[in-house]
Amino acid sequence: DEEFVGSRHIETRGHTKQRKLQQKCGDLIRTIRDPEKPNTLEELEVVTESCVEVQEINEDDYLVIIRFTPTVPHCSLATLIGLCLRVKLQRCLPFKHKLEIYISEGTHSTEEDINKQINDKERVAAAMENPNLREIVEQCVLEPD
Amino acid sequence: TGRLAAPRPGYAPAAWAERCLPGSSAGARRAALRLRGRTYPAPPAVAPRSLLVAADLRGAHRACLSRGGEQRAGFAAGDSWICKSVLSEGHQRTVRKVAWSPCGNYLASASFDATTCIWKKNQDDFECVTTLEGHENEVKSVAWAPSGNLLATCSRDKSVWVWEVDEEDEYECVSVLNSHTQDVKHVVWHPNQELLASASYDDTVKLYREEEDDWVCCATLEGHESTVWSLAFDPSGQRLASCSDDRTVRIWRQYPPGNEQGVACSGSDPSWKCICTLSGFHSRTIYDVAWCQLTGALATACGDDAIRVFEEDPSSDPQQPTFSLTAHLPQAHSQDVNCVAWNPKERGLLASCSDDGEVAFWKYQRPEGL
Repeated sequence: DEEFVGSRHIETRGHTKQRKLQQKCGDLIRTIRDPEKPNTLEELEVVTESCVEVQEINEDDYLVIIRFTPTVPHCSLATLIGLCLRVKLQRCLPFKHKLEIYISEGTHSTEEDINKQINDKERVAAAMENPNLREIVEQCVLEPD
Repeated sequence: TGRLAAPRPGYAPAAWAERCLPGSSAGARRAALRLRGRTYPAPPAVAPRSLLVAADLRGAHRACLSRGGEQRAGFAAGDSWICKSVLSEGHQRTVRKVAWSPCGNYLASASFDATTCIWKKNQDDFECVTTLEGHENEVKSVAWAPSGNLLATCSRDKSVWVWEVDEEDEYECVSVLNSHTQDVKHVVWHPNQELLASASYDDTVKLYREEEDDWVCCATLEGHESTVWSLAFDPSGQRLASCSDDRTVRIWRQYPPGNEQGVACSGSDPSWKCICTLSGFHSRTIYDVAWCQLTGALATACGDDAIRVFEEDPSSDPQQPTFSLTAHLPQAHSQDVNCVAWNPKERGLLASCSDDGEVAFWKYQRPEGL
């Protein structure tokens, strides 16, 4: 059944592309350094491959959703990690995208507050204009040699 | 469907296009002019992004600002837009909002540097006449009252400030309002009453009026489920539109004490009720809403890169109005649309700006049969 096979083929290609984009996102965030510890987010299991979800919005336009698990319940650190994730992906993702970043459910007492801040682009922009905060983020997202 | 006449010599817009809105009977036609401003060297890693467009009362001027801290004033010359001046001395950080005074001679600019500058226009030049200080951190919005004597500002410090200006251009803070519990994103004045409205990260809208020698919060509008980003009064001032991160637009109506509909009021303050919610139209945060003072059309700026226009169904009940989507422009920009503004003199002329760094001008035509 040619038609059936044809559409299956497109579907598979779509999924393959999505998986590739997912991997690309994962590769970008794995190497982000934790703001406090000398480890990467992957080493600390703050992010894993399954924490990235990619949904197609339109042809060549994707919604990327990241769910990360902070190591400690400390609020400001979780927000800082969220900021690093956002900055790294915004700068380095090679495809058109919208980005949502959340603390994985049930891992933090003030997760709603943190999620709201991380996803408010104006708050993120203002935070990145703070030289101290910005320096920390830049150090965390710096590509390893 | 064809192209518009060639642009005038001396100015080359990036693209002219005339598009028909699919699915509507007559086809709402829009012309899009992409205005690419000159790029100035930006501080490292901060790309200029257009955050706001403001049209003055005479419709002739446009002020555009960018995240790098510069401001550009563009003047219309027929169908072309030329950048006439760049004001780069006033602010140390992002300029978040600009507002023309009702007389058109002054421009107020609100900045992340916690100050608000007042600029006086002298032909093509602007001179900073005063800097309003007091907010603890980023100023998010500034608005002139229609009388021209009052100015309001709001900030991430959760407060709304009311300033009075006299004939000698002296500004005085007359009230600091601490009603919101979070970052205040937007302030707007009522078109004909001395009533101020504010929108906040605390998910509410608040209204303020003068009482004796101070300003007080006289109403809190609850209903949105996330940050309220912007507000717009309708031409009569009887209704207020709010837009939110919850992807809805809400329309609120004012009911004065003793109203016919029997809506209860406390004391002498009018009550505000949500009479309509536009949901299911926007797929991401709605950053701005603008209510055309000439035609009553409602435009929205959305994080899904689209611009939408809604019009009230003429036969709908004023207490429970219905609004129809009369224009939807997907990919109006290549990134989030942050701001939309209707030209106060020319019907159907809409300006928009976006994270993509462009300011676009649109000609909206109401679909026939509406």
